[in-house]
Amino acid sequence: MLGRTASSLFWMARYMERAENIARLTQVGHRISLTPDSTGGYREDWKSTLASAGWLAVFEARGGKLTAAEVQRFLIFDRDNPSSIRACLETARNNGRAVRTALTREMWEAMNSTWNEFSAIDPAGVDPGAMAELLDWVRQRSAQFRGAMLGSLLRDEGFHFCQLGTFTERADDTARILAAKCNVLLPANEALGGERNQHQWDTILRLVAAAGAYRYFYRDRLRPRQVAEFLMLRPEMPRSLRFCSDFIAPALGALAAMTGGGASSVPLGEALAADMRQADLDTILRGGLHAFLIEFLARNDVIARAVGSDYYFD
Amino acid sequence: MGITFAVYGAAEANERLIPFDLIPRVISAAEWRFLERGIEQRVRALNAFLHDIYHRQDIVRAGLIPSAMVNGNSAFLPQMMGFDPPRGVYSHIIGTDIVRTEEDGFFVLEDNLRTPSGVSYMLENRETMMHLFPELFAAHRVAPVDRYPELLRQTLESVAPSGCDGEPTIAVLTPGIFNSAYFEHAFLADQMGVELVQGSDLVVEDGALWMRTIRGRARVDVLYRRIDDAFIDPLNFRPDSLLGVPGLFDLYRAGRVTLVNAPGTGIADDKAVYAYVPEIVEFYTGEKPILKNIATWRCSVAEERAHVLDHLDEVVVKEVHGSGGYGMLIGPRSTRQQRAEFAERIRANPGNYIAQPTLALSTCPAFTGSGVGPRHVDLRPFVLVGDRVRVVPGGLTRVALKQGSLVVNSSQGGGTKDTWVLED
Repeated sequence: MLGRTASSLFWMARYMERAENIARLTQVGHRISLTPDSTGGYREDWKSTLASAGWLAVFEARGGKLTAAEVQRFLIFDRDNPSSIRACLETARNNGRAVRTALTREMWEAMNSTWNEFSAIDPAGVDPGAMAELLDWVRQRSAQFRGAMLGSLLRDEGFHFCQLGTFTERADDTARILAAKCNVLLPANEALGGERNQHQWDTILRLVAAAGAYRYFYRDRLRPRQVAEFLMLRPEMPRSLRFCSDFIAPALGALAAMTGGGASSVPLGEALAADMRQADLDTILRGGLHAFLIEFLARNDVIARAVGSDYYFD
Repeated sequence: MGITFAVYGAAEANERLIPFDLIPRVISAAEWRFLERGIEQRVRALNAFLHDIYHRQDIVRAGLIPSAMVNGNSAFLPQMMGFDPPRGVYSHIIGTDIVRTEEDGFFVLEDNLRTPSGVSYMLENRETMMHLFPELFAAHRVAPVDRYPELLRQTLESVAPSGCDGEPTIAVLTPGIFNSAYFEHAFLADQMGVELVQGSDLVVEDGALWMRTIRGRARVDVLYRRIDDAFIDPLNFRPDSLLGVPGLFDLYRAGRVTLVNAPGTGIADDKAVYAYVPEIVEFYTGEKPILKNIATWRCSVAEERAHVLDHLDEVVVKEVHGSGGYGMLIGPRSTRQQRAEFAERIRANPGNYIAQPTLALSTCPAFTGSGVGPRHVDLRPFVLVGDRVRVVPGGLTRVALKQGSLVVNSSQGGGTKDTWVLED
């Protein structure tokens, strides 16, 4: 397999995963904007939505107004925002197209038809009321793509590069959302476990599609400690940091076994997975939640770069 | 009516939809045998011509072709002089464009000896038809075309460099996803089970061509390149090319890798040289040409130019290096002003133009906006030349979907049809 093919598979999977995350983020932002606030108006919390996506600074630098219409357009349709849903779908599909022969027909058709249908949408013609439906559709298509990949792709190197892309991105997305919402989980003047901000914790769970799973798993009301544990350390939660690192390490191992490579990526992946398995919430909180997340993001990124150098991506 | 299938997808300007007409074009077994013999004769002669042009130029010495037409031709590559490609084959993959006129049978319109495209449509069209109308295939004996990728692979393997031990490694070189034929490049690589590479994946090192893989470098022996001559090697040709591989041409000349098709084959499918193909066939094979040429007036020759200028309203004028149906004047459909413009262009640069009579092209039934109607067609069978000549029984039939139109190019409103060669 060409190094370029591996790179394209990795980034294709990453961008399909990111499209889904941005869709969910935008939907949650929309939901918040419909919730009454204490002053009698509505909670226009688009600022925190952009912060969760990591695009607040760029948006403000461009002089964007924090209105529902502008933020949604920025997150969904903007051609210059490399993480807009549009850009994600296009980049994923261009990567897939460059390595078309390494994909199955099912994967390609799932991705190609998504891009074709999406790119035919005129942003100005989308009724604000239909936005939720559009975002649902994006999430469904991302799931369809993943399903096609899991159901049809040969379990060779290409599969593992796709999986690495998916879980590297997912770990990154979950960690970023938590980092952006740290102050809500753990307000500076309040010990973790305070009972305010119930709706904010609910929001965090929704951002990672975990609200229902949380209730089912804990059979309990929302407690910030449990929310943090669920999204970082629970191996049962498929978007938790622990889950992702548990997936990345074996994928790196499988690639190394197949190719005889992986000299720098395998130890890094194993170390992160081991640390996440042994991690303890109290220790994390003592050292600072935000610092822990920032370190996690950095290590996740270092692993992705090591994969690139181990397998001749450049 | 008819169906439209996505060539690459849709929507972006660099991707197109090519309409597919459901009514197959049918060729009898006897007609096909004739065509096959004619095509094989022609491609053997053209390869012999290329070998001669890049060696002793006997045909020029014999006075059959003017030296200037060869040595002064922009498609002539002096860098190829004296080089012997494996098995002496220059053009391995050829798409011969054939038209039929009502009375006179088959004529060759163009010999595409560089990097002809369209074979993926032949294969996909057949898949589509078999999917939609299995009962038609049960009721007729239609020769299969799906062996093409295997034949292509055999052809490429047969021209591996002489020093290559064991099974040669093949790769398809594409300019990338923004090329209009990218779908076909990917399709063929996939069907042959070989890597689809871009210039950036390749490197010339230690006297060999390598591709960068996840396991380190892997040797490439035969490169089916789908980029033009000028772009294959920035050290030897266009220095601004980012599509090629520095040093590739030197490696080729050293016999360490085979390029398919060889650089410099364009000299044999140039529209000015086309007029000489009947002489070329006789010169190298000693036989009369089986397939006829269309009468061609060379504007570079004074009497012929005068005839063209006097009959601009009757003839089709083409640029010598033009392709895709651009830069043409179709006399009977032209306006007085267009003819005046062309006359000026011809006088200014006569060597750049040839003219041919407007043909009474054969038609095939096709679905139209108002039921089934006759539409003009041509035929491009695909020929492979390696250790032997291989022709799949079929080809790409292009159809001018606009009523009365003679231009079948997809860029000008043309579509395609499945082509059925019937077995006896």
